[in-house]
Amino acid sequence: MAFTLYALIQTAILLTNAVAVLHEERFLSKIGWGADQGIGGFGDEPGIKAQLLNLIRSVRTVMRVPLIAVNSVCIVLLLLFG
Amino acid sequence: FSQYPHLLPLMRNPSADISGPSPLFEDTSTGSPPGGHRGQDKGPVNYPGQSLLSDPMSNLAMAYGSSLATQGKEMMDKNLDRFIPISKLKYYFAVDTLYVGKKLGLLVFPYMHQNWEVSYQQDTPVAPRFDINAPDLYIPVMGFITYVLVAGLALGTQNRFTPEILGMQASSALVWLIIEVLATLLSLYLVTVNTDLTTIDLVAFSGYKYVGMIMGVLSGLLFGRTGYYLSLLWCCLSIFVFMIRTLRLKILSEAAAEGVLVRGAKNQLRMYLTMAIAAAQPVFMYWLTFHLVR
Repeated sequence: MAFTLYALIQTAILLTNAVAVLHEERFLSKIGWGADQGIGGFGDEPGIKAQLLNLIRSVRTVMRVPLIAVNSVCIVLLLLFG
Repeated sequence: FSQYPHLLPLMRNPSADISGPSPLFEDTSTGSPPGGHRGQDKGPVNYPGQSLLSDPMSNLAMAYGSSLATQGKEMMDKNLDRFIPISKLKYYFAVDTLYVGKKLGLLVFPYMHQNWEVSYQQDTPVAPRFDINAPDLYIPVMGFITYVLVAGLALGTQNRFTPEILGMQASSALVWLIIEVLATLLSLYLVTVNTDLTTIDLVAFSGYKYVGMIMGVLSGLLFGRTGYYLSLLWCCLSIFVFMIRTLRLKILSEAAAEGVLVRGAKNQLRMYLTMAIAAAQPVFMYWLTFHLVR
């Protein structure tokens, strides 16, 4: 399989966009993955599900603004160069 | 030229050069530009180096340019150090021939080695030169480059070689390496392992499989498909054992690393993670080389 670095960047952007589009109250809460449903006690270390929810929430918070910029750049480049 | 005292030593040498051989051109250090142009007619033709150095304006320009370059280099070093920790990288390249030889032997035959712990020296890991268990980046980098070259060689023997595929092989292998390191980082984060494995350590461990891949492809070139499969099998097994024994000490808890069977979901998960990371190596080794040997 011939991968290029460009394909990797494309995959990364698409995956990050996919995570950023998950809606908090329409989708994540419905399937029990909401931001307030994952955190257990402060005792033992969190399990995999709690870590995953944490990851999704932090990706959505952190990557919102940079994704706007990156997507705009992608749109412009794809319009210009096909 | 009293305003450029620091340039005087520079300009003294060129004038000494001029007075040696024949004075083919006039001394233009005080002349006006039109007189200077006339006098330098024969200069560039016969002594191009001297005319360049003797002209004080170009001297000045050279000195200014070199000071600008030094400034720019300092600024770039300072900024680059924020993104890529260069001092930490230097630790990974502090190797010598003996270490490389022993490490290569360990990668191919890890079954006799007893002590897999990384020795520390006041909280910092010892440089790879002094400890064979420490990860380094020299072997992975060299292995990667050699793999690309050997892939080109293998494709050349089958008349499938074009210069573009060298770049394609390199970027393909690099992309798989990045994917593997990211997947390992993600799974380490999800399992909440308190480990001192850095990202560069993971890159180093993932890069050790290039040694096995190179050996597989080379024996495939020499002995055909049987040779390729046999040596690939041997190297896959060795890398599997090597990774398990190395990662066991870093990921599992102390008790489990001793060999005592510690029950509990946490340790079981960590054991599965170690085995998954180690099992991914042979898969990648096969995936990245099978199209090279026909």
